[in-house]
Amino acid sequence: MEFAIKASGFSAIFFVFAIFFFVFSTASEFIFEKMDFVEFLTSPEWYPTSLSNKRYGTLALLAGTVSVTGLAMLIAVPLGLGSALFISEFTSGVVKEGLKITIELLAAIPSVVWGFIGLAVMNPLIIEVFDAPIGLNVLNGGIILGLMSVPIMTTIAEDALKAVPDSYREASLALGATRWQTAHKVLFPAARSGLLAAVLLGVGRAIGETMAVLMATGHAVQIPGSPLDSVRTLTATIAAELGETAAGSDHYQALFAVGVLLFLLTFGVNLAADLIVRGRSAR
Amino acid sequence: MDEYCIKTRGLKLFYGEFEALKGLDIRFLSGKTSALIGPSGCGKTTLLRCFNRINERYEGVRTEGEVVVQEHDIYSADTDLVELRKKVGMVFQRPNPLPLSVRDNILYGLRLHFSRKYRDASTLDEALETSLRAVHLWDDLKDSLSTEATTLSLEKQQKLCIARLLPLKPEVILMDEPCSALDPDATAKIEELLRDLAGDYSLVIVTHNMAQARRVSDECAFMLLGEVVEMRRTEDLFVSPRDQRTANYIEGRFG
Ligand SMILES: Nc1ncnc2c1ncn2[C@@H]1O[C@H](COP(=O)(O)OP(=O)(O)OP(=O)(O)O)[C@@H](O)[C@H]1O
Ligand SMILES: [Mg+2]
Repeated sequence: MEFAIKASGFSAIFFVFAIFFFVFSTASEFIFEKMDFVEFLTSPEWYPTSLSNKRYGTLALLAGTVSVTGLAMLIAVPLGLGSALFISEFTSGVVKEGLKITIELLAAIPSVVWGFIGLAVMNPLIIEVFDAPIGLNVLNGGIILGLMSVPIMTTIAEDALKAVPDSYREASLALGATRWQTAHKVLFPAARSGLLAAVLLGVGRAIGETMAVLMATGHAVQIPGSPLDSVRTLTATIAAELGETAAGSDHYQALFAVGVLLFLLTFGVNLAADLIVRGRSAR
Repeated sequence: MDEYCIKTRGLKLFYGEFEALKGLDIRFLSGKTSALIGPSGCGKTTLLRCFNRINERYEGVRTEGEVVVQEHDIYSADTDLVELRKKVGMVFQRPNPLPLSVRDNILYGLRLHFSRKYRDASTLDEALETSLRAVHLWDDLKDSLSTEATTLSLEKQQKLCIARLLPLKPEVILMDEPCSALDPDATAKIEELLRDLAGDYSLVIVTHNMAQARRVSDECAFMLLGEVVEMRRTEDLFVSPRDQRTANYIEGRFG
């Protein structure tokens, strides 16, 4: 039994490293021999299938990811932290448990279903409201992705607020503070590292999400000038193109290099979240 | 000033179905120190927490009867909870400074309740110094006002918790076993402080320690199973208790 637990524990670690090794080794020939670092990171021109002049610049894809994720966070941070505050401080008993279960159910909605909502509901709605030529764009992807990131943020942020000692609340209330004042002046500062970790985990979730943004953002490789422009993210590019490339080709390897970039991005965000949480528990 | 800072009439409190206070009529003298003693679970904390209505945080708490503070029943519908809690401050069993600096702890109440124009820097500094002096902390802390309050010793934390009430000029200060987390030395210091504060404020102190009740209080109430058995001048209660149960308790036969 003990052996089985150890084995599954180690195998999890093994698989993570194996996956990274596979992605990195597949990409390594391209990264170290064929690719121009500067072009890869700073050129917005991603033309991997051009016959005469193939170009592998990821800046537009990166801009797609950053713009969609950024908008998603503008939506998800207030919603996620707000609902965490509401659940933790303004409800109790059955209502509280009911809300927590509902939020967890939201987290279980498959991302293709969110993508479907982006296509079938948000798309016509955006065309109608903004009189835009197409409703598959940064706005659509940002809203969908924002809503998708709310549950994880709410859950983690609620945990962080719950961990604030009750004696702080009593101290503040007994001095005549309202629950709002207590939240704003005491709870948020006391829980700030946990709340930050919640936000960063939401960001990580948003950056890595593929299917929903693939369906909702409209597939245009460009640096967006407004929320109504279509874009394509790093993840969507890999998902959309990998099936059409020959294994071992430059394009194939380039997509793995995009994978490495993505990996570094989410790894950085998760590491930051982790360090913050650790920093908190070490105190 | 009223003769009594707090008066209750038929005060009952239920935690769900459980009747923790069974119709209390009790009065606390203004400007004096009153002690509440009684065995564990008799309702001392519950009673104290009725006086600033902080009991209501818990679900399923129901209160009946009246609690009159300054001629006003604080359980009537038109009570302003914020005003009540400014008037009736509370010190808790475990020191609970907020996770802020010493300075921000002391000024917390002022910043909550007074808009900016009434609290320029000099008013705040003055309040800070006055409050810390009143609890004998000024000399120790005047050079470390930005220290995180939660890193102070427990004795200083508890003094700070008393000091942060003072800028709001409370009428009454409620204290729930303020020394139970402290060592004998610190306890002696807090008791000294209580004697200093007596007169300026009406104090109501819950304590497990009968010797402490004798040392600091003018009047003393003995509670048992959600009722007040008797309340009299402290000396009289301890020297010649009227009720047999009081006598048994102060002679250490139970509790
Ligand atoms: N939040 C609560 N919910 C339900 N019952 C409670 C709650 N708080 C206290 N009680 C019950 O009410 C009774 C009185 O409790 P209280 O804490 O007021 O006693 P106490 O005299 O302060 O005791 P101690 O000396 O141990 O502090 C006890 O029987 C206790 O179990
Ligand atoms: Mg108690």
